[in-house]
Amino acid sequence: MSRPELQAPPELYYGDTEAKKYTNNTRVQQIQADMTYRALELLSLPEDEPALLLDIGCGSGLSGEILDEEGYNWIGVDVAPSMLEVALEREVEGDLFLQDIGQGFGFRPGSFDGAISISVLQWLLNAETSHPTSSPPHRLTRFFTTLHSALRNPSRAIFQFYPTSDDQIQLITSIAQKAGFGGGVVVDYPNSKKARKVYLCLFVGSGGAQQVPKGLDGEEEVGSEKAKFEARRERSGKKTNKKRKGIKDRDWILKKKDLYRKRGKESVPNDSKYTGRKRRAAF
Amino acid sequence: MVRLITHNLLACHAKGCTTNNFPLQFKDVSIELREAEFNADFLKGLLPRIEWKALVDAARQLGDTSLPLEQPEMVDDEFLKNLHHVLLEMHIEEGAMVCPNCSHVYAISNGIPNMLLSEHEIA
Repeated sequence: MSRPELQAPPELYYGDTEAKKYTNNTRVQQIQADMTYRALELLSLPEDEPALLLDIGCGSGLSGEILDEEGYNWIGVDVAPSMLEVALEREVEGDLFLQDIGQGFGFRPGSFDGAISISVLQWLLNAETSHPTSSPPHRLTRFFTTLHSALRNPSRAIFQFYPTSDDQIQLITSIAQKAGFGGGVVVDYPNSKKARKVYLCLFVGSGGAQQVPKGLDGEEEVGSEKAKFEARRERSGKKTNKKRKGIKDRDWILKKKDLYRKRGKESVPNDSKYTGRKRRAAF
Repeated sequence: MVRLITHNLLACHAKGCTTNNFPLQFKDVSIELREAEFNADFLKGLLPRIEWKALVDAARQLGDTSLPLEQPEMVDDEFLKNLHHVLLEMHIEEGAMVCPNCSHVYAISNGIPNMLLSEHEIA
């Protein structure tokens, strides 16, 4: 199936049914949670300091719940009313806004200690109407410039997103740079088809002193990228691989013979050292 | 779920509306009180970012007069408790926020403000 962002604009794609489906899917939950934790790691906020974060494209609050757990105060924006409704039902702690990020933010300068955004940026790459303000470069420019001013100096913004091509990454990073951000793209598990994740790490301020963090490499983390019951599947697989012990071994035969004798069956063979032994190969 | 902390960070973002666009004025609002966890460090970190006059005005408009007109030099526990209550426990459920400059109305329904702009208002 084609990518969701190619099918319809987000506020229509995530209608009532899709919003519920998305939120109740344990696999989606798991992936979103992993990416949120990774984004927080990349955000590398000073420890033990409470922070106010902006969750861009908060959706139904899957990432927000983790921010709650980690003790951050946050404000979330999303363009899909159905998703926000689900977020309300789930009683997340943050304030929610119905807002199109491509239209820019109205937050006062220096409002936030950081921003995260999970699986959102790709939605900005499609023009919905032919109006000049609807073109992807225009929307991205508006988004990044208003975000840049809403963040404190120094701070970071981490975006996980699904680009379809290197051109898209190029477009996004160049516009972000024009808006004043430093930073770059971090790719986790670049050689894995499933676990590959692209993070855009943007920095505000501190004159390029901040380094783009390294992407995770090598083997996929055990358990993190797997379906929920994969471990169980594997376990049962191992069992069948082992050479199975025969059921009708010597003990079983002796037990059976004993049973027959007890029941008074005639012509039960006597037990000997040959009982239950394999015949040698005939040739 | 618009809390005053959010309201205090929020300015109008319509096209050409760049001056006198803060704070947004409340209109016909109904509020709900919901307890939140008290975190003194968070409030202290937030204080320099708060536009004090806007906060006090908004709080008085919503009927809470516990905050002093001038931001106090000394931060004591009682002050922080009041600040916590005003910033984080008062939720605006229904109503609207109006830009003092361009009079754009941001409707709040079910606690969620509608910040969408129509095509001609996008900068």
